[in-house]
Amino acid sequence: MKNSLKKIVTGVSALALATTAAVSAAQAWEPKKPVELIIMAGKGGGADQMARLWQGIIQQHNLSPRPFIPVNKPGGSGGEALQYLKSKAGDNHVVMVTLNSYYTTPIMQPELAVDISTFTPIARMALDTFLLWVRPDQGIKTLDEYVEKVKAAGKDWKVGGTGSGQEDSILTAMMMAEFGYEVTYIPFPGGGTVAKNLIGGHIDSTVNNPSEQGEFYRAGQSMPLVQFNDERSPAYPDTPTAKELGHDIVYYMQRSINGPADMDPEAADWYRDLFKKVFDSEEWQKFCSEDGINCDTWLDTAALTEFHKNGLARHKALIEQVGAKAITGE
Amino acid sequence: MFTEIFVHLGEGLLEAFQPLNMMMIFFGCLAGLFVGALPGLGSVNGVAILLPITFLVPPTSAIIFLAALYYGAMYGGAISSITLGIPGASTAVATVFDGRPMAQKGLADQALMAAAIASFLGGTVSIVLFTLFAPPLAKFALAFGPPEEFSLMILAFATFVGLGGDDIPKTIFSILIGLLLATIGLDIISGRPRLIFFDIPGFLHGINFLVLAIGIYGIGEMLWTLETTQGRVQIENVKITWKRFVTNLGQIKEYIGGATLGSFLGFFVGTLPAAGATPASLMSYGLTKTFSKDPESFGKGKPAGVAAPEAANNSASTGSMLPMITLGIPGSPTTAVLLGGMIIWGLRPGPLLFAEHPDFVWGLVGSMYIANFVTVVLNLALIPVFVKVLATPFTVLAPIIFTLCVVGGFAPTQDMHDVWLMLIFGVFGYLLRKLDYPVAPAVLAIVLGPLAESSLRQTLIAGQGSPAVFLERPIALTCFFFALLLVLYPVYQAFTRKSKKAEAAGA
Repeated sequence: MKNSLKKIVTGVSALALATTAAVSAAQAWEPKKPVELIIMAGKGGGADQMARLWQGIIQQHNLSPRPFIPVNKPGGSGGEALQYLKSKAGDNHVVMVTLNSYYTTPIMQPELAVDISTFTPIARMALDTFLLWVRPDQGIKTLDEYVEKVKAAGKDWKVGGTGSGQEDSILTAMMMAEFGYEVTYIPFPGGGTVAKNLIGGHIDSTVNNPSEQGEFYRAGQSMPLVQFNDERSPAYPDTPTAKELGHDIVYYMQRSINGPADMDPEAADWYRDLFKKVFDSEEWQKFCSEDGINCDTWLDTAALTEFHKNGLARHKALIEQVGAKAITGE
Repeated sequence: MFTEIFVHLGEGLLEAFQPLNMMMIFFGCLAGLFVGALPGLGSVNGVAILLPITFLVPPTSAIIFLAALYYGAMYGGAISSITLGIPGASTAVATVFDGRPMAQKGLADQALMAAAIASFLGGTVSIVLFTLFAPPLAKFALAFGPPEEFSLMILAFATFVGLGGDDIPKTIFSILIGLLLATIGLDIISGRPRLIFFDIPGFLHGINFLVLAIGIYGIGEMLWTLETTQGRVQIENVKITWKRFVTNLGQIKEYIGGATLGSFLGFFVGTLPAAGATPASLMSYGLTKTFSKDPESFGKGKPAGVAAPEAANNSASTGSMLPMITLGIPGSPTTAVLLGGMIIWGLRPGPLLFAEHPDFVWGLVGSMYIANFVTVVLNLALIPVFVKVLATPFTVLAPIIFTLCVVGGFAPTQDMHDVWLMLIFGVFGYLLRKLDYPVAPAVLAIVLGPLAESSLRQTLIAGQGSPAVFLERPIALTCFFFALLLVLYPVYQAFTRKSKKAEAAGA
């Protein structure tokens, strides 16, 4: 009885597969319902702004027959989003905008049991940059002055950033290791809130991305001291890199699109082609150059797979080097 | 300074009066009304769904459309709260408390009118405040760090005293249940999962506030009404005449006080990043009840109980535009979507937006004046239509309510898990009601719990474990002081009443 049922099920699914194959041969895959664009960070932060810009570009240029709906899942340094993507295996209508917490959260929270190598890489859209920000009224002009001031303040120095174990806390831990000082790290729900708390004087420094601090900088309410890129970003020509100053801290934020495990290859290809068009759009390139985000190279699925592998390995090493405790402050 | 503002405002109004923009306002308000009235759709989803449409028109017209929609949704939320007892949006939960009992007494038209007029008042007060004091208020919002946010939450919790009724132990029980539910999910600070029952992944995103509110009020109310009406028509003979309209209009003096309080409070709470219209409306309800001459009559169908939260949620929705425009931080989920729209149009929110794009900012402000007027007229005109709902037999209405609740429970997270949770909360809410437990404090606790928790922990981390930080913050101290007064006020009231009674007895 059980066996015959199994046979029927197998038969039906085979038939279904055959039909799907026939259909997909006739026409390429396209979304049949709205696509969920999961953002593994809060509203108003860098990832959120970009995702909403992409959604707009997709709509404006009519690149997709169905809309993309941005959904924020910021909980637990992206843990909520990762869990969600994991639960969506085989779903062709979910893609996720990822940050570096894509690497760090599975390492820091092993109980989530998320293996990002099972997910479907689609495209890398940008390498976002980090700068060290303070307020002009603090009277700090250079990195040396900053280090001196932080050393004097010790644990009274408050650095704001996104959730513990996320990229801001890692960069902060890297700086603590390099300069030999200790600070108090305060997690906030998103980069936008972090920026506001610096301007309001509730924290002493941040490592915000340019899209989060840029407007306050233009208004003269905040200023960058150093950038953590290989070379000076064209948008911040007067801010030295840490490398120039003799400190080996280079850290980027990857902004990429990834689908759940077992996504149909046709669907993944469709998303890849779509995001290539978004990447090449005038709006996106303009946003990148204004904000000093590196959008020179677009990575496709194969290159992104390799990039993720390296990213995961580098973060494992970084977390070991600075110690998980330095990052979470436990 | 003010003459400059008026020149700008005049230009903004001219901009808003452009035929295209007027059309945008009208359709935005109308769409908003329906979006707001449908549970679970809410202004967040409405704005998100309609965002693409706005690419067809210039940015100023587009933001005007979205703002009008947002505005309309604030009014619309009251409609389903009053007529069906389902909060159409999270901002309209407090409207259910008295709106629904009024409808059951056959006073739905009065309740709807109180909602419309209070919303109009809230809208007007907040736009005027926005016009005159936007830049200094933006500075004030910046002064709100974690310690201030926490003190504000404590102040909000203090208004519970007003919400809870007489039975203090039952109120505390209800608050604790709400706080417990609020801790479920991933911890914000450490990122670790907490209280994930049976390892069900649905608990990871926490308990959505609307799931609890729709469950308790929508489903719970439906069960309750089924029991009490046995499926008969709830209200016979709903006739709206001009005479009744005028009489209803005359009631304004009964609730104008609560509505005014709600208008100012709502705007203030709305301008603070992270708060938003939902806590504002709940706080306004609590305060109005506490300071009312007869707090006992609240929750049984009092127009002031409808007017206070409705004034506050409209006012807060305008208020939350302020941090969005000047700081780039959305004060509410809906403004977060609006913010996305602005970025797409190439407008960067931030401290310079006022100076660099005055046509945009003032066009928006101008449109808010007109949108406010359009929505109040639309609302008053449509009251007879909404009231008709109540003339439907409950055997027909109950399945509709049930379907709307399921949709409303599913919409925010798109997870069936939340629909099951909502149904459980519905039965639970019904039982609590039978046992005469107040459920409103639980609802408020689940809204404020996470905000209070993260701000308290941020403060303590900053102070390296020492709560002394609070003592150095004047704004925080002021909030704590008022919270203390609020808690003590009912005690004082009870005491004076008793001594008066004793005097009367003695004489």
